[in-house]
Amino acid sequence: MSHDQSLNPEIMPNEPEKATLEGKNKFLGFWFFLGGETVLFASLFGTFLALRHSTADGPTANELFGLELVFIMTMLLLTSSLTSVYAVYQMRNNNFKKMQLWFGITAVLGFAFLGCEIYEFTHYITEYGFTFRSSAFGSAFYALVGFHGGHVTFGLAWLIALMLRNAKRGLNLYNAPKYYTFSLYWHFIDVIWVFIFTVVYLMGKVG
Amino acid sequence: MSIAAAQKRSFGAVLWDYLTTVDHKKIAHLYLIGGGFFFLLGGLEAMIIRIQLIKPENDFVSAGFYNEVFTMHGTTMIFLAAMPLLLGLMNAAVPLQIGARDVAFPFLNSLGFWLFMFGGLLLNMSWFFGGAPDAGWTSYVPVSTTSPGHGVDFYVMGLQIAGAGTLIGGINFLVTIINMRAPGMTFMRMPLFSWTTFITSVLILFAFPALTVGLFLLMFDRMFGTAFFDVSLGGNTIIWQHLFWIFGHPEVYILILPTFGIFSDVFSTFSKKRLFGYTAMVFATILIAFLGFMVWAHHMFTVGLGPVANSLFAIATMAIAVPTGIKIFNWLATMWGGSITINTTMLWSLGFIPTFTIGGMTGVMVASVVADYQYHDTYFVVAHFHYVIVGGTVFGIMAGLHHWWPKMFGRILNETMGKLTFWTFFIGFHLTFFIQHFLGLMGMPRRYWVFLENQGLDLGNLISTIGAFFMAFGVIVFMINVVYSAVKGEKAGADPWDGRTLEWTIASPPPFYNFKQTPLVRGLDPLWIEKTEGKGKMTPAEPLGDIHMPNPTFLPFMMSLGLFVAGFGFIYQVNYDWAYGLLFGGMAITLVCMLLRSLKDDHGYHIPKEELEGKAK
Repeated sequence: MSHDQSLNPEIMPNEPEKATLEGKNKFLGFWFFLGGETVLFASLFGTFLALRHSTADGPTANELFGLELVFIMTMLLLTSSLTSVYAVYQMRNNNFKKMQLWFGITAVLGFAFLGCEIYEFTHYITEYGFTFRSSAFGSAFYALVGFHGGHVTFGLAWLIALMLRNAKRGLNLYNAPKYYTFSLYWHFIDVIWVFIFTVVYLMGKVG
Repeated sequence: MSIAAAQKRSFGAVLWDYLTTVDHKKIAHLYLIGGGFFFLLGGLEAMIIRIQLIKPENDFVSAGFYNEVFTMHGTTMIFLAAMPLLLGLMNAAVPLQIGARDVAFPFLNSLGFWLFMFGGLLLNMSWFFGGAPDAGWTSYVPVSTTSPGHGVDFYVMGLQIAGAGTLIGGINFLVTIINMRAPGMTFMRMPLFSWTTFITSVLILFAFPALTVGLFLLMFDRMFGTAFFDVSLGGNTIIWQHLFWIFGHPEVYILILPTFGIFSDVFSTFSKKRLFGYTAMVFATILIAFLGFMVWAHHMFTVGLGPVANSLFAIATMAIAVPTGIKIFNWLATMWGGSITINTTMLWSLGFIPTFTIGGMTGVMVASVVADYQYHDTYFVVAHFHYVIVGGTVFGIMAGLHHWWPKMFGRILNETMGKLTFWTFFIGFHLTFFIQHFLGLMGMPRRYWVFLENQGLDLGNLISTIGAFFMAFGVIVFMINVVYSAVKGEKAGADPWDGRTLEWTIASPPPFYNFKQTPLVRGLDPLWIEKTEGKGKMTPAEPLGDIHMPNPTFLPFMMSLGLFVAGFGFIYQVNYDWAYGLLFGGMAITLVCMLLRSLKDDHGYHIPKEELEGKAK
């Protein structure tokens, strides 16, 4: 299957990510992996929900959170999901340069999100002395949001490795599934953030 | 690596071959070696427990050491013996049963094995580094968060690494079974062992992440001073129990469902009959798996969740007896009127039926909330879960080993020694555990180091320990059998048992590319169809062509080694700053290997069809 990876661009199939058995396997396997990740985050959400009022006389959610910053972060991440959709669209058009460009924009937005998160965490620590060890609420908050941030970081490293590695090689049936599974991962991160936005920040503000 | 290279090779070459292999059949060997090693270790720990309890107020081991031994016995047997041995059988049989040349992700298959192996080694390193975990295999907080020394830390890091390996293995089998079946092999034509492997993989996929999170929380509390389980800072100890059992209860079915598949294949093969109620068997498997997720809180009846929650979980738990009963009756009906061969494989399977039925009945008893307050944390529970896990899983593994040994190694295990193993183990097992029901009802608690004289517990414990020696004897005979068969064993042909499924259509042991030409499947028990219609061999589904093979690689070993080193770093950074070197160094090894894997294209290689022509199937 893989001896003819460098396909002639004119005969690139409509869905290059699923044209080979290896691609199909990656595609399906990655969906299953995301199924497992769902349980992982569900467990973290459950823990957070159980502990979110256990502040042990430390700062509460309502005192800490500012919705302006969280709104900006949400916009950055949602937009980065949109740009990765454009990237996959360009992949289907077999336009490698534009695909790389849109994935590049995705990476920039991802870094901006990560920067905001780092700012947010340092702000809590320096201004309020609110850390991982402050209270059960603090532990649960940093575990849940931090796991998400860790996923963003890993995703960005993955994307950059992918883009640099393939910069001079163009699109082929070997790397198309890799780009595609990355976009799935990125959407997943985005969906998780929507839940974090609701469960952690909005519910935290409302009480 | 061509076919001609099958001559005698040096030990170093063989070792390197196994360290870098991505062939599912060799990975199956590795799983058997790794799982077998830990099985012996867990068995040794079991013997220490039974010797300590041979008489009242015994002083064979100290109380602290006893805690470590029973913790490690449970943890080792569940995570490092039973599951890997099952994964070994899956790797050996499932790709062949569905007519696939390979698994979907050969690289990940190897990675999954090495993660398990290094996770298990890390866990057992605790014996040499100042004490093993001593908080029970369930590692309940706050016992585990306040346990001194680093024992529980080794538990956390070892299981985290091994668990990641299992998760990878599960995803691999899911994709393999969905995407790589031979032409004509529809889902409802799959052998039951492939079916149960598939469903088990679903369970692994959705159960293990809960354990991952639980272990992370425990790790953060112990190593980084967080407050998830620290009540003084608002923590909640019940969270650990929920997370552990959301994983832990499906885990029970991860252990038992594959062996249900093994028994189904064995009963139909050695009764020369199609499996009775095939469709019902498939749906019973799915139903058991589904219910298995709904019932985790039956491990927590005495926690105080309230009568409504307790009742719901009790009813859901008892409901599992229905699909399990369907299976038992279908096995009996498969044998009914069949032309039955009784050999070692069949003895293990026949011995399983009454044993597992007893375990199932006590299961319904334990599921009844009011009665559970009496059974809770007594030897009754110990007897119950050994009846299902040994009577189900271990018997199933033994049946599977005798069944597929010729396929895996090309040699048939000796029948006389096989029967001796079975009878000593079977009798020893019932001696050990049947009496424990009564010990439990008389009030003997589990996990206790000593019991007192003249409380009616002396004789029962003595008999139980004698039984354990019988079991150990059986295992030793099996080991002798393995060595004997390797040296003098009868050579196996392609189809030593007059089999029904695809793995018996190719040579024993199979060529490294499995099928020269993918077979065309025309129904359930495809080989049997061809035999009864007079052809006796499969029709190829494709013309002879080049076969694509994956390259061997050393990266999975290095990735796992990196995590192993980092594990020590995580554990010891609490006391020593130099441990950060191990932590970051180990993580760097793993991440660099991951980067290498993604930067270096690995297209595999092809076996040209000219080389395949003239080769026997």
